[in-house]
Order: sequence, then C-alpha cells, then structure tokens
Amino acid sequence: MRPIRTLLVANRGEIAVRVMATARRMGIRTVAVFSDADATALHVRSADLAVRIGPAPARESYLDAAAILDAARCTGADAIHPGYGFLSENADFAEAVDAAGLVFVGPPAAAIRAMGSKSAAKALMETAGVPLVPGYHGEDQDDRRLAEAADAVGYPVLIKASAGGGGKGMKVVTAPADFPAALASARREAAGAFGDDRVLVERYLTRPRHIEVQVFADRHGDAIHLFERDCSVQRRHQKVIEEAPAPGLSADRRAAMGAAAVAAAKAVGYVGAGTVEFIAEGDGFWFMEMNTRLQVEHPVTEAITGQDLVEWQIRVARGEPLPLGQDDLTIRGHAVEARLYAEDPARGFLPQTGRLDLLSFPEGVRVDTGVAAGDAVSHHYDPMIAKLIAHGPTRADALAALARALDRTVVAGLPTNRALLARILRHPAFADARHDTGFIEREADGLLAPEPPPSADEAALAALALLAHAAARQPAAAADPWSPFATAGPFTPNLPAVETVTLAAGDVSLAVRVETDGGRRTVSVDGAEPRAAHARLEGERLDARLGDLRVSARAIVQDDAVHLTLGDRQIAFRVADPHAGAHAGAEADHRLVAPMPGAVIAVSVSAGERVEKGAALVVVEAMKMEHVVRAPHAGVVARIDVAVGDVVAEGTELVVLDEAA
Amino acid sequence: MAVIEDTVERKSDAVRANRDAMAERVADLKVRVARAAEGGGAAAQARHAARGKLPPRERVRLLLDRGTPFLELSQLAANGLYDDQVPAAGLVTGVGRIAGRECMVVANDATVKGGTYYPMTVKKHLRAQEIAAKAELPCVYLVDSGGANLPNQDEVFPDRDHFGRIFFNQANLSARGIPQVAVVMGSCTAGGAYVPAMADQSIMVREQATIFLGGPPLVKAATGEVVTAEDLGGADLHTRTSGVADLLAEDDAHALGLARRVIGGLNRVKPHGPEVRAPRPPRLDPDDLYGLVPVDPKKPIDIRQIIARIVDGSEFDAFKPLYGQTLVCGFAHIWGYPVGIVANDGILFSESALKGAHFVELCAQRGIPLLFLQNITGFMVGRKYEAGGIAKDGAKLVTAVACAAVPKITVIVGNSFGAGNYGMCGRAYDPDFLFLWPNARISVMGGDQAANVLAQVKREQVEARGGVFSAEEEEALKAPIRAKFEAEGHAYHSTARLWDDGVIDPADTRLVVALSLSAALNAPPRETRFGVFRM
Repeated sequence: MRPIRTLLVANRGEIAVRVMATARRMGIRTVAVFSDADATALHVRSADLAVRIGPAPARESYLDAAAILDAARCTGADAIHPGYGFLSENADFAEAVDAAGLVFVGPPAAAIRAMGSKSAAKALMETAGVPLVPGYHGEDQDDRRLAEAADAVGYPVLIKASAGGGGKGMKVVTAPADFPAALASARREAAGAFGDDRVLVERYLTRPRHIEVQVFADRHGDAIHLFERDCSVQRRHQKVIEEAPAPGLSADRRAAMGAAAVAAAKAVGYVGAGTVEFIAEGDGFWFMEMNTRLQVEHPVTEAITGQDLVEWQIRVARGEPLPLGQDDLTIRGHAVEARLYAEDPARGFLPQTGRLDLLSFPEGVRVDTGVAAGDAVSHHYDPMIAKLIAHGPTRADALAALARALDRTVVAGLPTNRALLARILRHPAFADARHDTGFIEREADGLLAPEPPPSADEAALAALALLAHAAARQPAAAADPWSPFATAGPFTPNLPAVETVTLAAGDVSLAVRVETDGGRRTVSVDGAEPRAAHARLEGERLDARLGDLRVSARAIVQDDAVHLTLGDRQIAFRVADPHAGAHAGAEADHRLVAPMPGAVIAVSVSAGERVEKGAALVVVEAMKMEHVVRAPHAGVVARIDVAVGDVVAEGTELVVLDEAA
Repeated sequence: MAVIEDTVERKSDAVRANRDAMAERVADLKVRVARAAEGGGAAAQARHAARGKLPPRERVRLLLDRGTPFLELSQLAANGLYDDQVPAAGLVTGVGRIAGRECMVVANDATVKGGTYYPMTVKKHLRAQEIAAKAELPCVYLVDSGGANLPNQDEVFPDRDHFGRIFFNQANLSARGIPQVAVVMGSCTAGGAYVPAMADQSIMVREQATIFLGGPPLVKAATGEVVTAEDLGGADLHTRTSGVADLLAEDDAHALGLARRVIGGLNRVKPHGPEVRAPRPPRLDPDDLYGLVPVDPKKPIDIRQIIARIVDGSEFDAFKPLYGQTLVCGFAHIWGYPVGIVANDGILFSESALKGAHFVELCAQRGIPLLFLQNITGFMVGRKYEAGGIAKDGAKLVTAVACAAVPKITVIVGNSFGAGNYGMCGRAYDPDFLFLWPNARISVMGGDQAANVLAQVKREQVEARGGVFSAEEEEALKAPIRAKFEAEGHAYHSTARLWDDGVIDPADTRLVVALSLSAALNAPPRETRFGVFRM
C-alpha cells in the first residue's frame, strides 16, 4: 500500500477541478500547476497549493514533464494525477513519475505503450480474441501495400494515423482513385500531429455508433467493467453528447462487450481506469482503441453506477483492491452529458476565445467546469467551457432534464454550441436513438439553422427588465440612500415619463418606448400600438405582463446588454448607447496640423504608406521642444505637404491621412 | 407612533361627489400640461426635428439617469398669457438626477417663439436658479434660444430681476462652488451667448449650435460683413479657435452624454442632512385623497386624513394635540425623511399661532424640514381677539416661519387667504418649493369676503351722504368683485405667473414633496437665527 497525502494534478480546467474535489473529500492535500495564462484560473483557486510551471503554450507548461516533476518535489506531492489529454497517455512521463518515487495515478507505462500505437494495440487485441474492424494494421507502410489492403477490406475505407486520436490524420476514402491523395494527406497530418506518419487502413462503417466500455483494473490482477457509454453524437470526430447506458443495447451484447473490454485490459496488464472504444453497427462491434486514462465523459458512468471514478483511481493507485466486484455493479437510470464549447457552430465550429462576461448554470444537473464568469477562454487550450450531466430514471427523462438545463444555462461574451446541444437533445432521431456518428453532419440544416430574430415581445421584455434593473440599481448617496430620485422610478408630474431603449440582437435593432404614468405603464416597440405592461424583476427573475400575455422569464442585465431566457429561447440583446454620437470617433481630430510654429525636423512616413493608430508621422521642433504629430487612427497617408527643414506656421496642415479601408 | 385613524366614508354621496370633482380638475390639469408640453405645435416641432434636434423634454430625458424621476417645475407657466402663444413659457425646468447627482436642469424650447425670453420665461429661469442657489444644485443649461423677446424688451431687459440676472446668478452660483454647465444645442444669441460663456464648462453641437453676440443680420447691418452663422459662431469655431466652448459634440445625444460625463466628474457628494430611514408607503390609501376635498371650498377639509395619506405608515406624532387645535402640528416621515408638519384645520387663533411658532422653533433647532399644508382663510378677527393680541401672536408665527433655516415645502391643498398665507409659509416666505392642488385658491381674502368688505365700505359712503344702497346696487357691486377674485384666485392664474412651482395631482403629493425634500437637502444644514418675537 502506498499512502497518498498530497496529490498534484498535472492538468488544468474542469478535469483538474474535478479531480481535486474528490481528493479534497478524501482528505488529500491538492497541488495545482499552472501556466502564465492560468495564473488565476479556477483550478488554481481550487487547489491548496499551486505552482507555476511555465508560459502559456502547453508545450512549455502542461506538457513539460520536468517542470511538473519539479513542482511535485517542491510541494512534497507524493502522487500525480494526469487528468486527460496533455501527459495523461505519455508512457515516458508515467515512467519518470515512477522513477521520481511518486505514484502515477494511471496505468503502468507498459500498458500505455501497448495501447499507444493503434496498430500494435490491434494486433495485441487480435490475439486476445477481441473483435477488430476488418483492416490492415501492418508495419509495412508501402503505398501499394496499403492500397491493396484497402481493396481487400472493401470501400469505403478509413485511413487513420497509427499513433493518433482526436480525428487528426483521419481520412475517409470512398473510391480507389482517391486513395493515394488521401494517404498522402493522412500521413502529412499524422506526422504533423504525432511526429509519426504511420497509418492503418480499416473498413469505413456508414452508420456506425461509438460505444465504449469503462474498465477498471487493480494491482492485484482484478479487472471489471462499469458498463458502456454511447458517444455517437460527434462532430468532426469529436464527441459532443455522451450517454450511459447505450440506448438499445441488449444485455447479451453488453455482457459480450464488457467481457471483450476486460479481456483487452487484462491483455496489457492494465491498472486503473481505462476505456475500450468500440465501433458498432447492427449487431456487430469491433475494437477501435483503448484510452489509458480517465475519459472526459466519465461522469455519465459515475451517474448510473453511483461511483466516483476518481476515488477508484486514487484507491487503486494506493494499491487497494477494486472497491466493488463486477456483480456489485448495476445500472441505475440513464445519464447524458453535453459538452459546452466556446465555438461558433454556424461558422464551422470555429473555436472562440475571449472573456466570459456571464456564466451561469442551473441547479439540478451536475456541472463540471474549469471557468467562472469573468474568466477567459484562451486560444492556448481546449475551448470547452463545461460539461453538463443529467441523470434520470429513463433516457427520455435524462434528455429532457439536460435540454432544460441547457435552456437555463447562460453564457455571454462568447458564442457557444449551447443552442445546438439543446436542439440535438430534442431531435426526434436522437430521442428515438436512430442516430449514428454522422448525425450532426446529416441533420446540419436543422440543427445549425439560425435562431429566429428577436420579436417585439422579447424586445419589450428586455426593455422592461433593463428599466427595472436601472431603477433598482441607482447608486445611492451615502447621506441619503433612499432619495426618491434614486428609488422612485420614472416620474414626471402630470405627464407620462418616457424612456426609450434601443435593443439590438444580430442584425435586428428594435426601439422600445416605455411610458410610465403613475402606476400605469405602456410599452411600444418600433412605433407599434402601445400595450399595457407591468414588470417585476427579482434578482434575475422577470415576471411581466404585456397586454394579455403573462410571462415569466429570466433576465440578466448588464451595463450594455440584456440576456433574456424565455423557455427554450435565449436572446442576447445589446443595449444601444443612447449617447453615442451620430458619427463614431467624434472627438478625434482628423486634421493633422502643426501644433505651433516651428521647423519640421523629421518626416517619418511617405505618401501611400499604411500607418497604425499612434504612429509618429511628422516631428516639428519649436521652442526647443520636439512635437510629434501622430496618426489619430489607422489609415493610409494620402499626402504629405511638408519636408524636413520647412518652417511651418501654427495650424499648417502637415499630413493628410485617409481612414483605413 | 400614532397611526391616524381612517374616517373616510368612501361610499357617502359627498365623498363620491368630491372624488368626481377632483378627478375632473386633475383631468383638466393633465390636458393643459400635455398641451403645454407640445411646445410650439406640430409644425414647429417638425422643423426642429428636421434640423436633427430633439424636443426639449427628450433632451432632458437623455440627460438624466435612466429610469429616474424628473421634478418638473411650473409646467403651466405663462398659461393664458401672451395670447397663450408661449406654452410653459418656452422653458423646461426641473430637478433630476445626472450621474447619480441631483441637478437643476434648464432647457429652452426652441419650438416656442424660437426659445426667446418672455417675461415669464425670465421669471421661470430665475426661479430655477434661485432653487439651485438655495439647494446648491449643479445647473445644466440646455441652450437653444434667440435671446430676449424683442417686442417685450421693456419687461425682460432693464430691471433687476430681468434677463441680465441670469448671468449675474451664474457668476455668483459658480462663485459659491455650484457648478454651471451649458450645452449649446441651437442658437445662443446676444445676451444668451453669456449662458455658455459664463458657464464653468460648455459643450456645443457641431453644425447646429451657434454662439454670437450679434448674428449675421446684425453684423451685416453694423459693418457690412457677410458671414454665415456657422462661420460666425459655430461649434468648430468656438471649440477650436475662440475657446468660448470646451467640448465638441456630434449631435444632441452625444452632447448630453458629454454633459453627463462632466457632471459625473464634479466630485460632489450629497451632504449629511437629517436622520433618514427606509421609506414605507402610507397605511391609508392615497387613492382616497380626491374624496377628501369638498366640492364647496367653504366646507372644511379634514387635514389629518390628508396627512395620513402622505406620510410613511400613516404615522403622525401630534404636537400639543389638545391645544390650539385649529393648527395641526406634528412629526412624521415622508419617504424616510423626517418632517415637521404644520397644517390648517380651521382659522388661526392666538393659541394656534403660538403653538405653530413653538413647533417651528423645535423643527429649526432639530434640523427637521417643515411641510406646510395650507388651507387657511385667515386669522380670527374681532374685539376679543385683537385685545388678546392675535396680531402679535400671528407675528410670532410669521417670524418663526420666516427665519427657520430648515428646508420648507408648502402645499396649498385648499384656500390660502390673507395673513394666513404668510404664517403658513406662502411664496413671500421663500419655501424651497411651493405647489398647489388644482382646487387651491390664493388671494388676500375670499371673494365673498372682499365683496362684502367693499360693499360695506360703499354702503357707509352712500348712507353718509344720505343715500340708499339698494340690494340690487349691492349685488351689482359684489358680482364683478367676486368674479375677479374667482379668476385671480385660481390655481392656474397663480401658476401662470410663477407664484408657485407648479400645480400637482393630489395623488402625487407624497412623491413631489419627497423629491422636493431630497433636492433641498443638497444644501448642508444651516443654523437658524430668529428675529425678535413680540411677547
């Protein structure tokens, strides 16, 4: 038995936070490591101790094994949890941890190595009797040999990087003619991503499901499985929604897959948490790969088994036997997880970076996140914001609960896939479990359709919320905190008090006019007939009446934005600045003139040159001082009217700068 | 705390009739104010808008903090004067909150006679400055005016309280550290040019605002020089070359945003005044207020029932409730502000006046603001009362009221006749704010009384000459006097002439008083020194 008193988590984001939560519960001191980009990140705030390990790029921090080991030494850590990604499947790192006399919370280096090469792993599985997709996993990487293998497997085929994962170096080839080009491309990507251009060729399944089995093994030779997860909802080979158990999986097939997975683990002498991924179609299932770490989607397994897999990992790492035997485990209900990403699904899922102005999750579902409102999503790392996990008695219950939770999740500041996730969860094909890994691409038209523009009612509600918020948030004078000027709301004697709010969402801008006359209030949008309105804002809860309509909504009001949630619809309104001038940059002086009489001593630009805002253009010497005339905005120098040596009068135009195109 | 008992018989015919009558007066008031708020009418407004200019009330709205009240003053100034061609006297004034600070706003309405100053315009502008001076409120002038109204020059130019006083006030307000900010949003000609020029900071709207001592026509006439308004006094000229103005704005909205920035940077905090507490609404329903004023002004008003519907929790601690009962005095809170209320419940006797003087002294000593609720027909007359020294007792009350240096707010809820008006802090006693209910009547005495007095004098003259003063002759004498008092005593007559700060809906009394108190409390507490009380 090896005691673990201080656990260093060699990771960041939600998984680091999640691992530390279990460690803390088990009475273990936690150490975080962080890059410069993460100095104030949630995982750092969650740890007992935190150590800087380098600059923002992962290569120089979270992938720097030496720095992490140094951090472990200087904090007295006796174990390292690698999380997922980064160094979690790096056998050299596992070895180095071991060599440093620390416990690696993960499998032995040999098991990582065995599963690290896809082709080697498959060969190993073949001998262990685990079913494989028909394909070629040989060492002979000759072009012709690979093309023949493809012919033998039968088109369509898939070319994959032997060393890879995450969709990099993966190519679908539908006809032999396309094979050479696809092969070259796959090799290039594989070499770029993994430093290893070896590939394998497999049959490409047309409507496959991705089903994986969670396995656990201890140091005493025991291995069990904790049932399967279905991760078939993917976009560009990345999992988006995961669930457990797999819908429609028969008990027999579950048992068969479980047995195959346990066999796979045993074949490599596995210890700890691992996932054996299968591809399934019809009644068939075939080994794809084994991930020798905790998976992102482990919480769905935790939900249906009632177990804490990180606790299991730590116990196993300490040398304890598996906490439960295979027969002690049962499936309770159904769990589903959605991965909330900072990305723009409408623009090819382009990752988004920036500050999370708002981040709020509902009660009633599990939320694993590594960020909080005000934190930034950095371009250095994965743009995942959070995982939301719902657990219910049935699959339909879990799906409905997660969809509702996504409706009530608010992220502002960055585009996310939130609406897409809710749409998937409500999609009939997904509800009926008729989906496969091509689901999102196939249903893209519906799933990625733009949100309808905001309605007049929605704008009216947002304006009412804004005014209620303004009335409640007037700064109070210390000497007179309840002054009616701050607390009474809109009022003018004998006249209705009029407030106009212009709200924009997307390309739509709506002007809302709110009239308050005593206790009566009317609201009119874009000049439409005014309707009686009443609104109460308690925290974020907006109870409003609009004509005959009664609405309960959620409204989060910021200085220049109102985030409205109405049922399954969210609208992020921008509040137009009522004091914005008719022209932007009104205060800027566009004429570049000599500030006083003097001599031109330098001309730093030439006509036609592009300059940035603030660039020095001309230097005028006067009164023994040099005065630098700078570009008030980025632009192109249209003309220079002076040369070095010219004596200029005050106000002489020196340079003409056109606005940047 | 004593909660005032509800005695209103809501279902009685009298109360219903009262309610209907008051509702009619309030409806009429609102119609008149709405009409006045239209300024110079649709055509003038369209011309104004075509120049990219916002109407004055929209300017004020954009200047104030979103969702906060605007205590607009004298909305019916000049009502019925100048052939009714100068609604609201062409000027919007009032107190509102800018960047968290209470300020006085004075905005010209260029749709009304080009924003030129009629006598009542001058009076309204000066009244706004007077309030600002007393309450130490920063002033923001939204200037869009052609200056003095030339046909009325003898009534707006020469005298002490005429046009020039505006700039005198600006200088002296600034000298007292009360910020003066001008936003020039249109023309600002001749004397008017001094509003921005005298301001601590000024803002001009590009290609819209002009400032010059003499406009292009005058320049041409004087020197033959031909020059455009923009070249002569445009925003570019004044913010780049002359330095007459400080900030250049793109349009009205931008200019108002800049003004908000200026006010936001004033580094002024509201001083500590009286001890305030969290406001509580009245326990008795303010909706009953309309029913409390008898249709017949000669019938009494139960003033306690009005107090109950204005003060926090309807709680009122009466002072000397058993003594001098025709003057109700006591302590209460309005919107969390402590107030000493002095309210009429009949004519004033010596005891009532003595009680009132005592109570006003108490409030002055404790720094508690005073609220006067006037419904007074005067002091008691007669041999017994004169012999009892009612004149000196009345004088004590008048002295106390005149000298008390706490904020004073007066609301005339019924009659305001004669010396009662003085003792109850009428206009001459410089209340910080004075408002009327629509049924209010102000005159030296009631119309009937005046007619009777004059008829009596006439009868004595006629009879002294041996003549006979017939009932018909008497009636012929009295009718026009009654009619004159009827017209001149009306709230609209008063408010048109700036004898008050506005006519209000009784239902708004609590809020209007609270806003007035809040505004007045921007000035630090002052020490009271009373004059000699005649004993």
